[in-house]
Amino acid sequence: MTQYLIRRLLLIIPVLLGVYTLVFLLMHATPGGPWDQGLKPLTDAAIEKLNEKYKLDRPLHEQYADYLWGVLTRFDFGPSYRNPSQSVTEIIQQFFPVSLQIGATAMILAVVVGVTLGTTSALNVNTWLDHFCVFFSIVGYSLPVFVVAPLLVIVFALWFGWLPTGGWDGLFTKSAILPVTALAIGPTAALARYSRASVLEVTQQDYVRTARAKGLQERMVLWRHILVNAMIPIVTVAGMYLPFVMTGSFFVETILRVPGIGRYFVKSVQARDYPVIMGTALLLAFLVTFMNLAADLVYGFLDPRIRLD
Amino acid sequence: MKVTKIANVKGRAVGDGSAREERHRSLWRDAFQRLIRNRGAVLGLCCIALIMLAAIFADVIAPCHYRTQDLMAAYQFPSQEHPLGTNQYGRDILSLLLYGARVSITVGLVAQLIIVLVGVPIGAVAGYFGGWVDMILMRLVDIMFAFPDLLLIIIVMTFIKGTLPKVGGPLAPLATLNEITGGLMGVFIALGLTWWLTVARLVRGQVLSLKEQEYVMAAQALGVPRWRIILRHVIPNALAPVIVAATLGVPQAIMMEAGLSFIGMGVDPPTPSWGMMIQEGAHAMRGYPYLVLSPAIAIGVTMLSFNFLGDGLRDALDPSMKNR
Repeated sequence: MTQYLIRRLLLIIPVLLGVYTLVFLLMHATPGGPWDQGLKPLTDAAIEKLNEKYKLDRPLHEQYADYLWGVLTRFDFGPSYRNPSQSVTEIIQQFFPVSLQIGATAMILAVVVGVTLGTTSALNVNTWLDHFCVFFSIVGYSLPVFVVAPLLVIVFALWFGWLPTGGWDGLFTKSAILPVTALAIGPTAALARYSRASVLEVTQQDYVRTARAKGLQERMVLWRHILVNAMIPIVTVAGMYLPFVMTGSFFVETILRVPGIGRYFVKSVQARDYPVIMGTALLLAFLVTFMNLAADLVYGFLDPRIRLD
Repeated sequence: MKVTKIANVKGRAVGDGSAREERHRSLWRDAFQRLIRNRGAVLGLCCIALIMLAAIFADVIAPCHYRTQDLMAAYQFPSQEHPLGTNQYGRDILSLLLYGARVSITVGLVAQLIIVLVGVPIGAVAGYFGGWVDMILMRLVDIMFAFPDLLLIIIVMTFIKGTLPKVGGPLAPLATLNEITGGLMGVFIALGLTWWLTVARLVRGQVLSLKEQEYVMAAQALGVPRWRIILRHVIPNALAPVIVAATLGVPQAIMMEAGLSFIGMGVDPPTPSWGMMIQEGAHAMRGYPYLVLSPAIAIGVTMLSFNFLGDGLRDALDPSMKNR
């Protein structure tokens, strides 16, 4: 087990290195530097000086190694080109917590609501509730975040006037309801869909019949035999939806004017702010690999037949 | 279909055709029967047909060309002249929607075509031969798994947007094509570059399991050349999941294009895109919600139709997968 964990943790390194190399190469192969975006064009001398300051005049392999070294030893992603007074680390520290709060809440909400909905639906197959759940899941699964978010604003903020149209005052205020809901709908629908399928399959297994036959209480059958076994594929799906929630924040934060890393990232891409793009990409890649590992561990915990080694 | 078992196996392995063809056709006919009995799939198919007609005949149906702008008539509410109103440049929303359908449908279909054309052969080779192709493929898949699609596509798109207009030499026609299509080439390349892996992985898995089937072994034993086995036995049998994946991939591509255009990394203005319309409309949502509402509904209906059709196809092609 410990061995497995160490090996999986070590495997994260080549993956992150791959992401780093890919982003580095693509960014540096893209013509147009960070200095051609300003309103006033800079003089050649000024550009040269800036390139020198940020070491952009050095050979590519040196930049590659230098930057990597800075990230590894000092957790330093360099200064933001667009906003030179701030380092990327500071920017991430400032903007990421908001996105993290929204994303984590949305994910928890999606798991709770989605799995409940899917399970209830599977236990009442072919009732109106089941039909509703199937319909909801395909609709929720089909609508992209950038369609859901404006629709929610129009209905709940403009027509009913219950919620603000945008902005951010913290997680426990009215302003958080729309961003969290908008982000949660896609994963909720997907989880409902998968847990319905999964529970339906498990309920037809022999061991469930045996459990009922030996006179186990229905509640015990449900929790001990059906849900635990049905959860296994659901954990994988939940893990798969994590990147979706993270990139969904690009749209939700832009539409609802939430000051998170998603909105900042979108602006940085447009301004070719390399270090910010790099920092965000590595951060998200790290989170995704780490959560995939966590999902696999939970997987092994839920199903002792899967030996982690 | 009264053929003795031995003749059947022989027919399939040697590829003489008749017995195999018969079985082949009846599988597809069965699938088709199941598909048209599925109400959702048929509804989806009808909607897709309508959207495609609208896209093809956009020139005829649209009240005016999408470029027509009339700043004096900006932000008009729906009226007789502009059935869905006008946007901040005084461009007619209905016309933008219709021409936008062209962009969306083209992206969905062409990008999927590229993905299938690249992914299927590579996946088949990797699965059948293994070796270094397989190794590289799986390492790439590992990296891709750690990377949110959208993030990767955005970074690839930044690269393409900077490079494509300036390429010369043998790639020069691509640049011209990109200009004519209003940046669509870039979107195709970005989606193709990033998504072929998923299809390749799917085909690889299929091939790996098909390789162990008796009829492939029989063909091998009879000395059928490898390329012929791949072409005649492995690929046709691995096709059903690819068709489903491609159908479900179309709405994904449409969604990705809209998302990219929303961020400003998709097609180049003034080429109309539903995603760009949502982004523009989101700025003025408070006063003019209809600006966002119409492209949002357009994307929603398109995505739903394709997903209904894809689900229907999956149930039809593989009845054992029902309820998944």
